[in-house]
Amino acid sequence: MSFEQIIRITLKYWPMFLRGAGMTLLISITGTIIGFFIGLLVGVIRSVPIPESGVKKLILKCINAFLNAYVEVFRGTPMIVQATVIYYGSAQALGLDMDKLTAAFLIVSINTGAYMAEIVRGGIVSIDKGQFEAAHAVGMNHMQTMVNVILPQVIRNILPATGNEFVINIKDTSVLNVISVTELFFQTKSIVGNNYKYFETFFIASVIYFVMTFTVTRILRYLERKIDGPENFTVIGNPVQI
Amino acid sequence: MEKIIEILHLSKTFGTHEVLKDINFSVDKGEVVCIIGSSGSGKSTLLRCINLLEKPSGGKIIYKGKNMLEGNHDIYAYRTKLGMVFQQFNLFNNHNVLNNCTVGQIKVLKRSKEEAEKVAMKYLQVVGMEQYINAKPKQLSGGQKQRVAIARALSMEPDVMLFDEPTSSLDPELVEEVLKVMQKLAQTGLTMLIVTHEMEFAKEVSDRVVFMDKGVIEEEGTPEQIFNNPVKERTREFLRRTLK
Ligand SMILES: Nc1ncnc2c1ncn2[C@@H]1O[C@H](COP(=O)(O)OP(=O)(O)OP(=O)(O)O)[C@@H](O)[C@H]1O
Ligand SMILES: [Mg+2]
Repeated sequence: MSFEQIIRITLKYWPMFLRGAGMTLLISITGTIIGFFIGLLVGVIRSVPIPESGVKKLILKCINAFLNAYVEVFRGTPMIVQATVIYYGSAQALGLDMDKLTAAFLIVSINTGAYMAEIVRGGIVSIDKGQFEAAHAVGMNHMQTMVNVILPQVIRNILPATGNEFVINIKDTSVLNVISVTELFFQTKSIVGNNYKYFETFFIASVIYFVMTFTVTRILRYLERKIDGPENFTVIGNPVQI
Repeated sequence: MEKIIEILHLSKTFGTHEVLKDINFSVDKGEVVCIIGSSGSGKSTLLRCINLLEKPSGGKIIYKGKNMLEGNHDIYAYRTKLGMVFQQFNLFNNHNVLNNCTVGQIKVLKRSKEEAEKVAMKYLQVVGMEQYINAKPKQLSGGQKQRVAIARALSMEPDVMLFDEPTSSLDPELVEEVLKVMQKLAQTGLTMLIVTHEMEFAKEVSDRVVFMDKGVIEEEGTPEQIFNNPVKERTREFLRRTLK
């Protein structure tokens, strides 16, 4: 083992590493974005006030029960198990021939969605009640209140948690090697199968993982600052006494 | 006199706690009515019931001849007719000053952006905040926030403005700027229903003063009657305590 070895492996296998890293990024970006929207949707549906009676109450209660079950099940089981069950299960039980990449997107998305749903719920709960009341007082309904007042604040507040999910996804897509998705971990394993240099090859993989997560973290920080806007505002003209 | 809002036998209970009992009163067009009373007497609850932020347990709220608690009225359209100013300002934190005043107009009243901004600027000038249109709520002082909140409510061009202790969470030196704005509004003939602990202000601006105690309207009348010749013992006691 040596530095030279690492260079040699990198030079020889860089296209495989690159493709693996690309696949990892693709799956984790797609999964995080779709999961984010699933989470928003689930969070908003669960925030709809339940009417006191009527058919609507029943429908809403059923939907909520279903959504709660979804969140609990996907948060309560490992993604590696979910991947296996969904991929092989859909083939065996339903006769579905899902291609691996579709399965990968699906699994990461709905897994992330379950976590994001809870993050969004927490985000909505943490918004001051006065914001809802002020929106209602100008005549906004629940949807208008959510879209124009609450969600923009929620999204800003949950951005760090979303970034965290993204970083977790970059690392956890490695479990998708159980269904032979050619992401970075799978590629690294293939390379090791050829050269038997476990340390050097996986060392390269770990550097690539770290570079990806670190970059993502920086980009998200930048985004947060961007959303916050400037610290100061400009007064137009001279302040007058009222 | 045209009645803007008429309240009949209104009651509100939280669990077993009867917070409002058989409230009857009305507000005429152009009238300035102040509600006074000790803490916990149900003043906020009454205002919140009027714009249906709180669901009344019984009684009637008549607006334009219709009982808003019966049948299928569009409560969202109704609320646009009542401008609400909160003790805690409650400006939309994600919007700057200008957008705080336009978002309701655009999304609820379906006004165009240009029109909404014109209306907003008009009322921001009334409250003296037109120079701060780019500021976010967290960059403003309490008094400035409350003035923007008043402009936001006015921008919906409501029939009546409801104020729930608009100066109670302000530092003493900021109270004056908000009261001045409200005084100015009162002189323009705006219909106002104001819950306040500022007795001097109530004496000066109101056409009528309502004294609430333990969920009932104990006494109401002109400021002279209530402050100088209160009939009820409880009113006298309250005024003795608050005016020292
Ligand atoms: N959501 C609620 N649930 C239960 N009780 C409530 C609720 N809101 C208000 N109350 C009770 O109703 C009573 C009247 O409250 P309200 O806020 O209307 O009083 P107030 O006259 O506005 O007092 P203050 O001058 O302190 O603002 C209080 O005893 C309060 O505890
Ligand atoms: Mg109150």
